[in-house]
Amino acid sequence: MSGDGLLVAVDSPVHRVPAQVKLVALFVFVLAVVSTPAAIFWAFSLYAVMLVAAVVVAKLPATVVSRRLAVETPFIVFALLLPFVATGPQVHVLGLHLSQSGVLGAWNVLAKGTLGVIAAILLSATTAPRDLLAGLERLRLPATLVAILSFMVRYLSVVSDDLHRMRVARESRGYTGGRVGHLKAVAGGVGVLFVRSFERGERVHLAMRSRGYTGRMPLLSVSGATRAQWLEGLAISLAAVTIAVAARVVSL
Amino acid sequence: MLRFGRNKNNNERVHVPDGFFNAPTSVATGLIAAGAVGFSLQRANRELRETGPALAGLTAAFVFAVQMVNFPVGAGTSGHLLGGALAAALVGPWTAVLVMSTVLLVQGLLFADGGLTALGTNITLMGLITVLVGYFLTRALMKVLPRRVGSVVPAATVGALVSVPVAALAFAGLYSIGGAVDIPLGKLATAMVGWHVLVGIGEAVITAAVLSAVVATRPDLVYAARHLQQDLVLVDADGNTSTVSPDRPIAAKPAGRSLGVGVAVTLFVAGGLSLFASAHPDGLEFVGAKLGFEGAAKDSAVAGSPLADYGVHGIGNAQVSGALAGIIGVLVTIVVGLAIAKLASLRTNKAS
Repeated sequence: MSGDGLLVAVDSPVHRVPAQVKLVALFVFVLAVVSTPAAIFWAFSLYAVMLVAAVVVAKLPATVVSRRLAVETPFIVFALLLPFVATGPQVHVLGLHLSQSGVLGAWNVLAKGTLGVIAAILLSATTAPRDLLAGLERLRLPATLVAILSFMVRYLSVVSDDLHRMRVARESRGYTGGRVGHLKAVAGGVGVLFVRSFERGERVHLAMRSRGYTGRMPLLSVSGATRAQWLEGLAISLAAVTIAVAARVVSL
Repeated sequence: MLRFGRNKNNNERVHVPDGFFNAPTSVATGLIAAGAVGFSLQRANRELRETGPALAGLTAAFVFAVQMVNFPVGAGTSGHLLGGALAAALVGPWTAVLVMSTVLLVQGLLFADGGLTALGTNITLMGLITVLVGYFLTRALMKVLPRRVGSVVPAATVGALVSVPVAALAFAGLYSIGGAVDIPLGKLATAMVGWHVLVGIGEAVITAAVLSAVVATRPDLVYAARHLQQDLVLVDADGNTSTVSPDRPIAAKPAGRSLGVGVAVTLFVAGGLSLFASAHPDGLEFVGAKLGFEGAAKDSAVAGSPLADYGVHGIGNAQVSGALAGIIGVLVTIVVGLAIAKLASLRTNKAS
């Protein structure tokens, strides 16, 4: 677990767009994709082309993107089941009785889910966690939530490493965790991990207090985005909104 | 994430992706989630001022890390923890809602796990429903069980067991109003709940094991059992004994009238979603399906793209149900918000 999340550390125009712009752009893009009628196939190919272009501009290796698409797998399974469980009139494909709405639903989930995941990968691979938090702060996320998020991101690798060390220690004692009898050992370790994390949290807070923390964290972000940056970052999203509106009009 | 990933392929931690629910449903659940997070921020404010955001952040990091641990839960299978009920028992419901939301936010933004528009749905299902159902069930059961700190383990076990199928039921309810495909609600609910009872058993076993480990070492850290702490008995050099009540600055209030309200709210959230799912105009959908499908079915024999005609109609249909979902979602938010506010004021009165 690296503290950098999924960041691919290269320099590209996409990396340089301020995080708050990217967050808004991602949100608008995904919302446009989600509200596009599933049967307007050309709209989805346009979205895909724009996303691929953005991935190329961001200099992300195709292997990285495709590997991270794996998070989608459970829903691909769900989507592939849809044609068999959904009701409605049937179509016959290769001797299989499939529900029409199910087939369309499967396509709907697959297309929108995949586009959404690629867009999210684009964000997470081009934005460092710290910038992301600064962006959320600029977008007026409540300060307490930003503080909690920043502590989580900061201590994620510490807690993960704690867990990893405890796993190494446990497995070297023979508790590899394969059998039910090992549950107590695994769960005991996790219980200790909670106590350690809790106590670390208390220590960190006391250390902050002794250094003058009064309940307000210093701002993470330094400056806002310029109008040009907003326009540059939102270009794809605005195009997506136009496509979504066009698709709606066509489908009426 | 990959360091623990020896068995990463059987990680059942499933997040709803983008496009699974239509836009109005996503917006409605987004509003519910935002309201819940805002309310929790307010409720947890006192605790957060006292313990600092660091503690909540570290708890979130803990939940994130633990979700990747493979627990052997029997029959040769391993389970993963969702952690809602466990977090609620350990740090209290409001902080737990914040912690779970933080975890989901980080997974969605930093690890591209779960869609951004589905974030509201994910927070509502996994951050809100599991936490509230788990916590209030735990507290209700602790009222019945012997007044010992150890009672929190069986209570939270049942809380965890129930919280997962309830979240699955809520998912089925949401899907029947905001999913694009008309799967019969009964079929979907049965499948979802059936499968998630199994997941819930795993969740319960893991929650019980982890919680009993914490109770054995630091019982004072278990939020749900703080009011059951024994008084400290001090014996000085002369043999005089005196009792001191333990330091419990943010102790949970003893179970009282508020609990009934809490359980009612929880059940409402749980059951309400599936109830108003059945308020979904099946008749309208039926008629729409009749009209739309017949035409499409004929076309499909001829047209190369059998779905083209149907899709148009299906979307019109989805819009109607989506709008309904939006309206009902907001209404539910208001009602739940009022109910929780009522509960909150009851608790505050007790505190003062």
